[in-house]
Amino acid sequence: MLRIGTFIVVGAALLALLGPSMTPFDPAAQTLPLRLARPSAAHPFGLDELGRDILARVLAGARISFLIGLTVVFVSASVGTLLGAAAGYFGGLLDDAISRVIDVLLAFPGLLLAIALVAVLGPSLANVLVALTIIGWVGYARLVRGQVLRARELDYVQAARAQGAGVARILWRHVIPAALPAVVVQATLGMAGAIVSEAALSFLGLGVQPPTPSWGTMLNGGRAHLLDAPHLTVFPGLAIAILVLGFNFLGDGLRDLTDPKHQH
Amino acid sequence: MTRYFARRLLLTVPVLLGVATLVFSLIHLVPGDPVQSMLGEAASPQEVADLRARLGLDRPLYAQYGTFLAGLTRGDLGTSLRTNQPVAATIRERIPATFQLAFAAMAVAVALAIPLGIVAAVYAGGPIDLAATTLALVGISIPNFWLGPLMAIIFSVVLGWLPVSGRGGAAYLVLPAVTLGAPLAAVLARMTRASMVEELRELYVLAARARGVSPFRAVVRHAFRNSLIPVVTVLGLQFGAVLTGAVITETIFAWPGVGRLLIQSISFRDYPVVQGCILLIAITYVAMNVLTDLVYGLLDPRIRFD
Repeated sequence: MLRIGTFIVVGAALLALLGPSMTPFDPAAQTLPLRLARPSAAHPFGLDELGRDILARVLAGARISFLIGLTVVFVSASVGTLLGAAAGYFGGLLDDAISRVIDVLLAFPGLLLAIALVAVLGPSLANVLVALTIIGWVGYARLVRGQVLRARELDYVQAARAQGAGVARILWRHVIPAALPAVVVQATLGMAGAIVSEAALSFLGLGVQPPTPSWGTMLNGGRAHLLDAPHLTVFPGLAIAILVLGFNFLGDGLRDLTDPKHQH
Repeated sequence: MTRYFARRLLLTVPVLLGVATLVFSLIHLVPGDPVQSMLGEAASPQEVADLRARLGLDRPLYAQYGTFLAGLTRGDLGTSLRTNQPVAATIRERIPATFQLAFAAMAVAVALAIPLGIVAAVYAGGPIDLAATTLALVGISIPNFWLGPLMAIIFSVVLGWLPVSGRGGAAYLVLPAVTLGAPLAAVLARMTRASMVEELRELYVLAARARGVSPFRAVVRHAFRNSLIPVVTVLGLQFGAVLTGAVITETIFAWPGVGRLLIQSISFRDYPVVQGCILLIAITYVAMNVLTDLVYGLLDPRIRFD
Protein backbone atom coordinates (compact mmCIF):
# COMPACT_ATOMS: atom_id res chain seq x y z
CA MET A 1 0.00 0.00 0.00
CA LEU A 2 2.75 2.37 1.02
CA ARG A 3 4.64 1.77 -2.23
CA ILE A 4 1.58 2.13 -4.47
CA GLY A 5 0.55 5.30 -2.61
CA THR A 6 4.05 6.77 -2.84
CA PHE A 7 4.22 5.94 -6.55
CA ILE A 8 0.87 7.63 -7.30
CA VAL A 9 1.52 10.71 -5.15
CA VAL A 10 5.09 11.28 -6.39
CA GLY A 11 3.97 10.68 -9.99
CA ALA A 12 1.09 13.16 -9.63
CA ALA A 13 3.40 15.72 -7.99
CA LEU A 14 5.85 15.41 -10.88
CA LEU A 15 3.02 15.78 -13.39
CA ALA A 16 1.77 18.87 -11.53
CA LEU A 17 5.28 20.35 -11.58
CA LEU A 18 6.34 19.42 -15.09
CA GLY A 19 3.00 18.68 -16.77
CA PRO A 20 2.23 22.09 -18.23
CA SER A 21 5.60 22.02 -20.08
CA MET A 22 4.88 18.51 -21.40
CA THR A 23 1.81 19.54 -23.38
CA PRO A 24 1.94 22.05 -26.25
CA PHE A 25 -1.47 23.48 -25.34
CA ASP A 26 -2.20 26.41 -23.06
CA PRO A 27 -4.92 25.39 -20.56
CA ALA A 28 -6.70 28.72 -21.19
CA ALA A 29 -6.38 28.79 -25.00
CA GLN A 30 -9.77 28.40 -26.72
CA THR A 31 -10.40 26.74 -30.09
CA LEU A 32 -14.11 27.43 -30.39
CA PRO A 33 -14.67 25.58 -33.72
CA LEU A 34 -13.45 22.38 -32.01
CA ARG A 35 -15.53 22.78 -28.83
CA LEU A 36 -16.57 19.47 -27.21
CA ALA A 37 -14.32 17.52 -29.63
CA ARG A 38 -13.87 13.94 -28.49
CA PRO A 39 -10.46 12.50 -27.47
CA SER A 40 -8.05 12.21 -30.40
CA ALA A 41 -4.32 11.74 -31.02
CA ALA A 42 -3.79 15.51 -30.89
CA HIS A 43 -5.97 15.99 -27.80
CA PRO A 44 -5.92 12.69 -25.85
CA PHE A 45 -8.56 13.89 -23.33
CA GLY A 46 -10.58 15.90 -25.90
CA LEU A 47 -11.67 19.52 -25.72
CA ASP A 48 -14.13 21.22 -23.37
CA GLU A 49 -17.16 23.45 -23.94
CA LEU A 50 -14.91 26.39 -24.86
CA GLY A 51 -12.52 24.35 -27.02
CA ARG A 52 -9.79 24.17 -24.36
CA ASP A 53 -7.50 21.11 -24.17
CA ILE A 54 -8.72 18.98 -21.26
CA LEU A 55 -5.33 17.25 -20.74
CA ALA A 56 -3.62 20.64 -20.33
CA ARG A 57 -6.36 21.72 -17.90
CA VAL A 58 -6.18 18.47 -15.90
CA LEU A 59 -2.41 18.96 -15.53
CA ALA A 60 -2.87 22.61 -14.54
CA GLY A 61 -5.66 21.53 -12.16
CA ALA A 62 -3.20 19.20 -10.41
CA ARG A 63 -1.23 22.29 -9.36
CA ILE A 64 -4.37 23.82 -7.82
CA SER A 65 -5.15 20.58 -6.00
CA PHE A 66 -1.63 20.28 -4.57
CA LEU A 67 -1.56 23.98 -3.69
CA ILE A 68 -4.83 23.71 -1.78
CA GLY A 69 -4.00 20.36 -0.19
CA LEU A 70 -0.55 21.43 1.00
CA THR A 71 -1.67 24.85 2.26
CA VAL A 72 -4.72 23.54 4.10
CA VAL A 73 -2.83 20.62 5.63
CA PHE A 74 0.20 22.71 6.64
CA VAL A 75 -1.81 25.49 8.30
CA SER A 76 -4.41 23.14 9.83
CA ALA A 77 -1.77 20.75 11.18
CA SER A 78 0.34 23.59 12.62
CA VAL A 79 -2.58 25.37 14.29
CA GLY A 80 -4.21 22.12 15.41
CA THR A 81 -0.98 20.69 16.82
CA LEU A 82 -0.18 23.85 18.79
CA LEU A 83 -3.69 24.27 20.20
CA GLY A 84 -4.10 20.54 20.88
CA ALA A 85 -0.71 20.36 22.61
CA ALA A 86 -1.50 23.44 24.72
CA ALA A 87 -4.94 22.10 25.67
CA GLY A 88 -3.60 18.67 26.58
CA TYR A 89 -0.53 19.88 28.47
CA PHE A 90 -1.97 22.78 30.47
CA GLY A 91 -5.49 21.41 30.98
CA GLY A 92 -7.84 23.58 33.05
CA LEU A 93 -9.63 26.54 31.54
CA LEU A 94 -7.54 26.60 28.36
CA ASP A 95 -8.36 22.94 27.71
CA ASP A 96 -12.05 23.57 28.43
CA ALA A 97 -12.17 26.56 26.05
CA ILE A 98 -10.37 24.78 23.20
CA SER A 99 -12.35 21.58 23.72
CA ARG A 100 -15.70 23.42 23.59
CA VAL A 101 -14.71 25.13 20.32
CA ILE A 102 -13.71 21.71 18.95
CA ASP A 103 -17.05 20.24 20.10
CA VAL A 104 -19.01 22.96 18.32
CA LEU A 105 -17.02 22.70 15.08
CA LEU A 106 -17.33 18.90 15.15
CA ALA A 107 -21.10 19.30 15.47
CA PHE A 108 -21.11 20.28 11.79
CA PRO A 109 -20.70 17.31 9.49
CA GLY A 110 -17.54 17.54 7.37
CA LEU A 111 -18.01 19.78 4.40
CA LEU A 112 -21.19 21.48 5.61
CA LEU A 113 -19.43 24.22 7.57
CA ALA A 114 -17.10 24.86 4.62
CA ILE A 115 -20.16 25.21 2.37
CA ALA A 116 -21.71 27.64 4.88
CA LEU A 117 -18.53 29.69 5.20
CA VAL A 118 -17.89 29.93 1.47
CA ALA A 119 -21.58 30.76 0.94
CA VAL A 120 -21.22 33.89 3.07
CA LEU A 121 -17.59 34.79 2.31
CA GLY A 122 -18.07 34.38 -1.43
CA PRO A 123 -16.63 31.84 -3.86
CA SER A 124 -12.86 32.18 -4.40
CA LEU A 125 -9.65 30.20 -4.01
CA ALA A 126 -8.66 32.22 -0.92
CA ASN A 127 -12.03 31.66 0.78
CA VAL A 128 -11.85 27.94 0.04
CA LEU A 129 -8.46 27.88 1.80
CA VAL A 130 -9.90 29.78 4.78
CA ALA A 131 -12.99 27.57 5.04
CA LEU A 132 -11.10 24.28 4.73
CA THR A 133 -8.53 25.40 7.31
CA ILE A 134 -11.25 26.42 9.77
CA ILE A 135 -12.74 22.94 9.59
CA GLY A 136 -9.34 21.25 9.19
CA TRP A 137 -7.44 22.18 12.36
CA VAL A 138 -10.01 20.55 14.63
CA GLY A 139 -9.06 16.97 13.77
CA TYR A 140 -5.37 17.61 14.47
CA ALA A 141 -6.12 19.44 17.72
CA ARG A 142 -8.25 16.59 19.02
CA LEU A 143 -5.69 13.99 17.97
CA VAL A 144 -2.71 15.85 19.48
CA ARG A 145 -4.59 16.70 22.68
CA GLY A 146 -5.21 12.99 23.24
CA GLN A 147 -1.60 12.08 22.48
CA VAL A 148 -0.27 14.82 24.77
CA LEU A 149 -2.54 13.75 27.64
CA ARG A 150 -0.84 10.36 27.43
CA ALA A 151 2.67 11.67 26.74
CA ARG A 152 2.80 14.13 29.64
CA GLU A 153 2.57 11.24 32.11
CA LEU A 154 5.45 9.31 30.50
CA ASP A 155 8.60 8.83 32.56
CA TYR A 156 10.93 10.72 30.26
CA VAL A 157 8.62 13.75 30.21
CA GLN A 158 8.33 13.65 34.02
CA ALA A 159 12.13 13.36 34.18
CA ALA A 160 12.58 16.40 31.93
CA ARG A 161 10.17 18.35 34.13
CA ALA A 162 12.03 17.23 37.28
CA GLN A 163 15.29 18.44 35.72
CA GLY A 164 13.75 21.89 35.43
CA ALA A 165 13.06 21.96 31.68
CA GLY A 166 10.71 24.79 30.66
CA VAL A 167 7.23 24.19 29.29
CA ALA A 168 8.18 25.23 25.75
CA ARG A 169 11.15 22.85 25.74
CA ILE A 170 9.12 19.95 27.14
CA LEU A 171 6.41 20.47 24.54
CA TRP A 172 8.75 21.05 21.62
CA ARG A 173 11.42 18.43 22.41
CA HIS A 174 9.47 15.70 24.14
CA VAL A 175 5.68 15.89 23.90
CA ILE A 176 4.98 17.04 20.32
CA PRO A 177 7.51 14.60 18.76
CA ALA A 178 5.63 11.75 20.45
CA ALA A 179 2.45 12.88 18.67
CA LEU A 180 4.12 13.48 15.30
CA PRO A 181 3.70 10.03 13.69
CA ALA A 182 -0.07 10.21 14.21
CA VAL A 183 -0.09 13.79 12.87
CA VAL A 184 1.81 12.71 9.75
CA VAL A 185 -0.73 9.95 9.07
CA GLN A 186 -3.61 12.37 9.64
CA ALA A 187 -1.94 14.95 7.37
CA THR A 188 -1.55 12.42 4.55
CA LEU A 189 -5.22 11.46 4.77
CA GLY A 190 -5.96 15.18 5.23
CA MET A 191 -4.41 15.88 1.82
CA ALA A 192 -6.99 13.54 0.28
CA GLY A 193 -9.74 15.24 2.29
CA ALA A 194 -8.68 18.76 1.31
CA ILE A 195 -8.40 17.85 -2.39
CA VAL A 196 -11.86 16.25 -2.42
CA SER A 197 -13.39 19.11 -0.42
CA GLU A 198 -12.00 21.76 -2.76
CA ALA A 199 -13.24 19.80 -5.76
CA ALA A 200 -16.67 19.39 -4.12
CA LEU A 201 -16.95 23.12 -3.38
CA SER A 202 -15.83 23.98 -6.91
CA PHE A 203 -18.25 21.41 -8.33
CA LEU A 204 -21.07 23.18 -6.45
CA GLY A 205 -19.89 26.49 -7.90
CA LEU A 206 -18.70 27.67 -4.48
CA GLY A 207 -14.96 27.16 -4.88
CA VAL A 208 -12.32 28.08 -7.43
CA GLN A 209 -13.95 30.17 -10.15
CA PRO A 210 -13.55 29.80 -13.91
CA PRO A 211 -11.38 30.15 -15.91
CA THR A 212 -8.93 28.75 -13.28
CA PRO A 213 -8.70 25.05 -14.14
CA SER A 214 -9.71 23.31 -10.91
CA TRP A 215 -10.81 19.68 -11.28
CA GLY A 216 -14.08 20.39 -9.46
CA THR A 217 -14.83 23.38 -11.71
CA MET A 218 -14.15 21.21 -14.76
CA LEU A 219 -16.58 18.57 -13.47
CA ASN A 220 -19.17 21.30 -12.89
CA GLY A 221 -18.71 22.45 -16.50
CA GLY A 222 -19.17 18.85 -17.67
CA ARG A 223 -22.61 18.50 -16.03
CA ALA A 224 -24.31 20.33 -18.87
CA HIS A 225 -22.71 17.98 -21.41
CA LEU A 226 -23.28 14.51 -19.93
CA LEU A 227 -25.25 13.52 -23.03
CA ASP A 228 -23.09 14.92 -25.82
CA ALA A 229 -19.58 15.06 -24.31
CA PRO A 230 -19.07 12.66 -21.37
CA HIS A 231 -15.28 13.05 -21.67
CA LEU A 232 -15.65 16.43 -19.93
CA THR A 233 -16.72 14.50 -16.83
CA VAL A 234 -14.60 11.36 -17.12
CA PHE A 235 -11.04 12.74 -17.11
CA PRO A 236 -11.09 15.37 -14.34
CA GLY A 237 -12.97 12.92 -12.10
CA LEU A 238 -10.48 10.16 -12.85
CA ALA A 239 -7.64 12.53 -11.89
CA ILE A 240 -9.31 13.30 -8.51
CA ALA A 241 -10.03 9.63 -7.81
CA ILE A 242 -6.46 8.50 -8.62
CA LEU A 243 -4.76 11.23 -6.57
CA VAL A 244 -7.11 10.74 -3.61
CA LEU A 245 -6.59 6.97 -3.83
CA GLY A 246 -2.83 7.61 -3.78
CA PHE A 247 -3.03 9.69 -0.61
CA ASN A 248 -5.38 7.15 0.99
CA PHE A 249 -2.98 4.28 0.17
CA LEU A 250 -0.08 6.34 1.52
CA GLY A 251 -1.98 7.29 4.69
CA ASP A 252 -3.08 3.70 5.33
CA GLY A 253 0.44 2.44 4.66
CA LEU A 254 1.98 4.98 7.02
CA ARG A 255 -0.58 4.11 9.69
CA ASP A 256 0.28 0.43 9.36
CA LEU A 257 3.93 1.38 9.67
CA THR A 258 3.55 3.57 12.76
CA ASP A 259 0.68 1.86 14.58
CA PRO A 260 0.98 -1.91 15.01
CA LYS A 261 -2.70 -2.15 16.01
CA HIS A 262 -3.74 -1.14 12.51
CA GLN A 263 -1.52 -3.62 10.71
CA HIS A 264 -3.44 -5.87 8.40
CA MET B 1 -27.85 4.08 33.39
CA THR B 2 -30.21 7.06 33.87
CA ARG B 3 -27.24 9.13 35.07
CA TYR B 4 -25.26 8.25 31.92
CA PHE B 5 -28.18 9.22 29.67
CA ALA B 6 -28.82 12.46 31.59
CA ARG B 7 -25.12 13.40 31.47
CA ARG B 8 -24.88 12.70 27.75
CA LEU B 9 -28.02 14.76 27.02
CA LEU B 10 -26.82 17.60 29.26
CA LEU B 11 -23.49 17.75 27.42
CA THR B 12 -25.43 18.31 24.20
CA VAL B 13 -26.96 21.60 25.39
CA PRO B 14 -23.78 23.76 25.14
CA VAL B 15 -22.94 22.15 21.78
CA LEU B 16 -26.39 23.03 20.40
CA LEU B 17 -26.04 26.56 21.76
CA GLY B 18 -22.63 26.82 20.07
CA VAL B 19 -24.10 25.54 16.79
CA ALA B 20 -26.93 28.10 16.98
CA THR B 21 -24.44 30.88 17.75
CA LEU B 22 -22.23 29.95 14.82
CA VAL B 23 -25.20 29.78 12.45
CA PHE B 24 -26.43 33.14 13.78
CA SER B 25 -22.96 34.62 13.14
CA LEU B 26 -22.92 33.49 9.51
CA ILE B 27 -24.87 36.47 8.18
CA HIS B 28 -22.45 38.81 9.97
CA LEU B 29 -19.48 37.20 8.21
CA VAL B 30 -20.71 38.42 4.82
CA PRO B 31 -18.04 40.88 3.62
CA GLY B 32 -19.37 44.45 3.50
CA ASP B 33 -23.10 44.99 3.96
CA PRO B 34 -25.02 41.69 3.98
CA VAL B 35 -28.27 43.42 2.99
CA GLN B 36 -26.63 45.11 -0.01
CA SER B 37 -25.13 41.74 -0.90
CA MET B 38 -28.58 40.09 -0.83
CA LEU B 39 -30.32 42.80 -2.87
CA GLY B 40 -27.47 43.51 -5.28
CA GLU B 41 -25.81 46.79 -6.20
CA ALA B 42 -28.88 48.09 -8.06
CA ALA B 43 -31.06 48.26 -4.92
CA SER B 44 -32.13 51.72 -3.73
CA PRO B 45 -31.14 52.96 -0.26
CA GLN B 46 -34.82 52.72 0.77
CA GLU B 47 -35.01 49.05 -0.27
CA VAL B 48 -31.80 48.33 1.64
CA ALA B 49 -33.13 50.10 4.75
CA ASP B 50 -36.46 48.24 4.52
CA LEU B 51 -34.84 44.82 4.28
CA ARG B 52 -32.40 45.67 7.06
CA ALA B 53 -35.34 46.54 9.30
CA ARG B 54 -37.27 43.43 8.21
CA LEU B 55 -34.33 41.17 9.10
CA GLY B 56 -33.76 43.09 12.33
CA LEU B 57 -30.19 43.87 11.31
CA ASP B 58 -30.63 47.50 12.36
CA ARG B 59 -30.91 46.42 15.99
CA PRO B 60 -28.04 45.88 18.44
CA LEU B 61 -26.25 42.53 18.02
CA TYR B 62 -27.33 41.18 21.42
CA ALA B 63 -30.99 41.95 20.59
CA GLN B 64 -30.66 40.17 17.23
CA TYR B 65 -29.10 37.17 18.98
CA GLY B 66 -31.86 37.08 21.60
CA THR B 67 -34.57 37.24 18.92
CA PHE B 68 -32.80 34.49 16.92
CA LEU B 69 -32.62 32.14 19.91
CA ALA B 70 -36.20 32.92 20.97
CA GLY B 71 -37.34 32.21 17.41
CA LEU B 72 -35.50 28.89 17.43
CA THR B 73 -37.30 27.73 20.56
CA ARG B 74 -40.62 28.37 18.75
CA GLY B 75 -39.37 26.73 15.52
CA ASP B 76 -39.34 30.14 13.80
CA LEU B 77 -36.39 30.45 11.41
CA GLY B 78 -37.50 33.69 9.77
CA THR B 79 -38.85 34.32 6.28
CA SER B 80 -37.35 33.44 2.91
CA LEU B 81 -36.23 36.54 1.00
CA ARG B 82 -37.02 34.89 -2.32
CA THR B 83 -40.45 33.38 -1.68
CA ASN B 84 -41.62 35.31 1.38
CA GLN B 85 -42.61 31.95 2.89
CA PRO B 86 -41.61 30.95 6.44
CA VAL B 87 -38.20 29.24 6.30
CA ALA B 88 -39.30 26.44 8.65
CA ALA B 89 -42.23 25.52 6.39
CA THR B 90 -40.04 25.65 3.26
CA ILE B 91 -37.51 23.30 4.85
CA ARG B 92 -40.19 21.04 6.31
CA GLU B 93 -41.50 20.36 2.79
CA ARG B 94 -38.04 19.17 1.73
CA ILE B 95 -37.21 16.97 4.73
CA PRO B 96 -39.04 13.79 3.57
CA ALA B 97 -37.10 13.73 0.29
CA THR B 98 -33.73 14.10 2.06
CA PHE B 99 -34.52 11.46 4.66
CA GLN B 100 -35.83 9.07 2.00
CA LEU B 101 -32.56 9.47 0.11
CA ALA B 102 -30.40 9.22 3.26
CA PHE B 103 -32.04 6.02 4.50
CA ALA B 104 -32.02 4.43 1.03
CA ALA B 105 -28.30 5.26 0.79
CA MET B 106 -27.66 3.68 4.19
CA ALA B 107 -29.57 0.57 3.12
CA VAL B 108 -27.44 0.35 -0.03
CA ALA B 109 -24.29 0.81 2.05
CA VAL B 110 -25.22 -1.95 4.52
CA ALA B 111 -26.20 -4.35 1.72
CA LEU B 112 -22.86 -3.85 -0.01
CA ALA B 113 -20.56 -3.48 3.00
CA ILE B 114 -21.53 -6.31 5.34
CA PRO B 115 -20.93 -9.20 2.89
CA LEU B 116 -17.74 -7.56 1.60
CA GLY B 117 -16.41 -6.99 5.13
CA ILE B 118 -17.27 -10.52 6.27
CA VAL B 119 -15.65 -12.16 3.24
CA ALA B 120 -12.52 -10.02 3.68
CA ALA B 121 -12.30 -10.96 7.38
CA VAL B 122 -12.87 -14.69 6.82
CA TYR B 123 -10.09 -14.75 4.23
CA ALA B 124 -7.92 -12.18 6.07
CA GLY B 125 -4.41 -11.87 4.68
CA GLY B 126 -5.24 -13.66 1.42
CA PRO B 127 -5.85 -12.41 -2.10
CA ILE B 128 -9.64 -12.13 -1.54
CA ASP B 129 -9.00 -9.89 1.46
CA LEU B 130 -6.57 -7.78 -0.54
CA ALA B 131 -9.09 -7.41 -3.37
CA ALA B 132 -11.91 -6.52 -0.97
CA THR B 133 -9.86 -3.99 1.03
CA THR B 134 -8.50 -2.43 -2.17
CA LEU B 135 -12.06 -2.20 -3.52
CA ALA B 136 -13.14 -0.49 -0.29
CA LEU B 137 -10.27 2.00 -0.50
CA VAL B 138 -11.13 2.71 -4.14
CA GLY B 139 -14.74 3.25 -3.03
CA ILE B 140 -13.64 5.77 -0.41
CA SER B 141 -11.49 7.58 -2.97
CA ILE B 142 -14.14 8.03 -5.65
CA PRO B 143 -15.92 11.30 -4.89
CA ASN B 144 -19.71 11.17 -5.17
CA PHE B 145 -19.73 14.23 -7.43
CA TRP B 146 -17.90 12.08 -9.98
CA LEU B 147 -19.59 8.75 -9.28
CA GLY B 148 -23.04 10.33 -9.72
CA PRO B 149 -22.47 11.80 -13.20
CA LEU B 150 -20.55 8.67 -14.22
CA MET B 151 -23.47 6.41 -13.28
CA ALA B 152 -25.86 8.80 -14.99
CA ILE B 153 -23.80 8.48 -18.19
CA ILE B 154 -23.77 4.66 -17.99
CA PHE B 155 -27.25 3.81 -16.69
CA SER B 156 -29.28 6.71 -18.06
CA VAL B 157 -27.51 7.97 -21.19
CA VAL B 158 -25.94 4.80 -22.60
CA LEU B 159 -28.21 2.01 -21.30
CA GLY B 160 -31.37 4.08 -20.76
CA TRP B 161 -32.33 1.96 -17.75
CA LEU B 162 -32.88 4.64 -15.13
CA PRO B 163 -34.12 8.24 -15.06
CA VAL B 164 -31.32 10.78 -14.82
CA SER B 165 -32.94 13.27 -12.44
CA GLY B 166 -35.97 14.24 -10.35
CA ARG B 167 -38.01 12.42 -7.72
CA GLY B 168 -40.76 9.96 -8.59
CA GLY B 169 -41.05 6.19 -8.21
CA ALA B 170 -38.40 3.78 -6.95
CA ALA B 171 -36.46 4.00 -10.22
CA TYR B 172 -35.66 7.65 -9.50
CA LEU B 173 -34.13 6.68 -6.16
CA VAL B 174 -31.63 4.11 -7.45
CA LEU B 175 -28.85 6.33 -8.86
CA PRO B 176 -28.92 8.95 -6.06
CA ALA B 177 -29.02 6.24 -3.36
CA VAL B 178 -26.11 4.28 -4.84
CA THR B 179 -24.12 7.50 -5.39
CA LEU B 180 -24.63 8.52 -1.79
CA GLY B 181 -24.33 5.01 -0.34
CA ALA B 182 -21.17 3.78 -2.12
CA PRO B 183 -18.59 5.81 -0.13
CA LEU B 184 -20.39 4.87 3.10
CA ALA B 185 -20.32 1.22 2.02
CA ALA B 186 -16.56 1.47 1.64
CA VAL B 187 -16.14 2.88 5.17
CA LEU B 188 -18.52 0.29 6.63
CA ALA B 189 -16.82 -2.60 4.82
CA ARG B 190 -13.47 -1.62 6.34
CA MET B 191 -15.07 -1.38 9.78
CA THR B 192 -16.88 -4.71 9.39
CA ARG B 193 -13.67 -6.39 8.32
CA ALA B 194 -11.65 -4.96 11.22
CA SER B 195 -14.35 -5.83 13.73
CA MET B 196 -14.85 -9.35 12.35
CA VAL B 197 -11.10 -10.09 12.30
CA GLU B 198 -11.00 -9.27 16.04
CA GLU B 199 -14.06 -11.41 16.81
CA LEU B 200 -12.86 -14.39 14.76
CA ARG B 201 -9.75 -14.50 16.97
CA GLU B 202 -11.82 -14.74 20.15
CA LEU B 203 -11.81 -17.98 22.10
CA TYR B 204 -15.59 -18.40 21.98
CA VAL B 205 -15.42 -18.71 18.18
CA LEU B 206 -12.67 -21.32 18.43
CA ALA B 207 -14.71 -23.08 21.11
CA ALA B 208 -17.78 -23.09 18.86
CA ARG B 209 -15.72 -24.56 16.03
CA ALA B 210 -14.28 -27.17 18.42
CA ARG B 211 -17.84 -28.15 19.39
CA GLY B 212 -18.46 -28.94 15.74
CA VAL B 213 -20.27 -25.76 14.72
CA SER B 214 -19.89 -25.27 10.96
CA PRO B 215 -17.54 -22.49 9.78
CA PHE B 216 -20.51 -20.64 8.21
CA ARG B 217 -22.54 -20.79 11.43
CA ALA B 218 -19.52 -19.79 13.53
CA VAL B 219 -19.06 -16.72 11.39
CA VAL B 220 -22.67 -15.66 10.94
CA ARG B 221 -24.29 -16.69 14.23
CA HIS B 222 -21.40 -16.09 16.62
CA ALA B 223 -18.71 -13.69 15.40
CA PHE B 224 -20.90 -11.47 13.21
CA ARG B 225 -23.43 -10.72 15.92
CA ASN B 226 -20.75 -9.47 18.28
CA SER B 227 -18.92 -7.54 15.61
CA LEU B 228 -22.09 -5.61 14.85
CA ILE B 229 -21.77 -3.15 17.77
CA PRO B 230 -18.91 -1.07 16.31
CA VAL B 231 -20.42 -1.38 12.83
CA VAL B 232 -23.77 0.02 13.99
CA THR B 233 -21.90 2.79 15.82
CA VAL B 234 -19.99 3.76 12.70
CA LEU B 235 -23.24 3.70 10.73
CA GLY B 236 -24.76 6.17 13.20
CA LEU B 237 -21.71 8.41 13.21
CA GLN B 238 -21.54 8.38 9.41
CA PHE B 239 -25.05 9.83 9.18
CA GLY B 240 -23.46 13.29 9.09
CA ALA B 241 -21.37 12.35 6.08
CA VAL B 242 -24.55 11.07 4.42
CA LEU B 243 -26.32 14.37 5.05
CA THR B 244 -23.40 16.38 3.64
CA GLY B 245 -23.14 13.98 0.72
CA ALA B 246 -26.87 14.50 0.17
CA VAL B 247 -26.18 18.20 -0.55
CA ILE B 248 -24.01 17.15 -3.50
CA THR B 249 -26.10 14.15 -4.58
CA GLU B 250 -29.35 16.13 -4.54
CA THR B 251 -27.68 18.81 -6.67
CA ILE B 252 -26.47 16.24 -9.22
CA PHE B 253 -29.81 14.45 -9.57
CA ALA B 254 -32.13 17.47 -9.04
CA TRP B 255 -33.51 15.63 -5.99
CA PRO B 256 -35.84 18.08 -4.22
CA GLY B 257 -34.41 17.83 -0.71
CA VAL B 258 -32.88 20.12 1.89
CA GLY B 259 -29.41 19.90 0.30
CA ARG B 260 -30.62 21.16 -3.06
CA LEU B 261 -32.60 23.89 -1.30
CA LEU B 262 -29.38 24.93 0.47
CA ILE B 263 -27.39 25.25 -2.77
CA GLN B 264 -30.25 27.05 -4.55
CA SER B 265 -30.59 29.46 -1.62
CA ILE B 266 -26.85 30.17 -1.65
CA SER B 267 -27.03 31.14 -5.32
CA PHE B 268 -29.99 33.48 -4.56
CA ARG B 269 -28.22 34.85 -1.43
CA ASP B 270 -31.33 33.88 0.54
CA TYR B 271 -29.40 33.82 3.83
CA PRO B 272 -32.33 33.02 6.19
CA VAL B 273 -32.96 29.78 4.24
CA VAL B 274 -29.21 29.05 4.13
CA GLN B 275 -29.04 29.46 7.91
CA GLY B 276 -32.13 27.27 8.37
CA CYS B 277 -30.77 24.44 6.21
CA ILE B 278 -27.35 24.49 7.91
CA LEU B 279 -28.99 24.51 11.33
CA LEU B 280 -31.30 21.62 10.50
CA ILE B 281 -28.48 19.44 9.13
CA ALA B 282 -26.18 20.23 12.08
CA ILE B 283 -28.88 19.57 14.68
CA THR B 284 -29.86 16.30 12.97
CA TYR B 285 -26.20 15.30 12.99
CA VAL B 286 -25.80 16.14 16.70
CA ALA B 287 -29.03 14.28 17.54
CA MET B 288 -27.87 11.24 15.58
CA ASN B 289 -24.52 11.24 17.39
CA VAL B 290 -26.25 11.45 20.77
CA LEU B 291 -28.62 8.66 19.78
CA THR B 292 -25.66 6.52 18.66
CA ASP B 293 -23.93 7.14 22.00
CA LEU B 294 -27.05 6.22 23.93
CA VAL B 295 -27.59 3.03 21.92
CA TYR B 296 -23.91 2.18 22.37
CA GLY B 297 -24.34 2.74 26.11
CA LEU B 298 -27.28 0.35 26.09
CA LEU B 299 -25.40 -2.32 24.12
CA ASP B 300 -22.06 -2.06 25.90
CA PRO B 301 -22.19 -1.54 29.68
CA ARG B 302 -18.46 -0.65 29.81
CA ILE B 303 -19.22 2.69 28.13
CA ARG B 304 -21.64 3.72 30.88
CA PHE B 305 -18.98 3.35 33.55
CA ASP B 306 -16.27 5.15 31.64
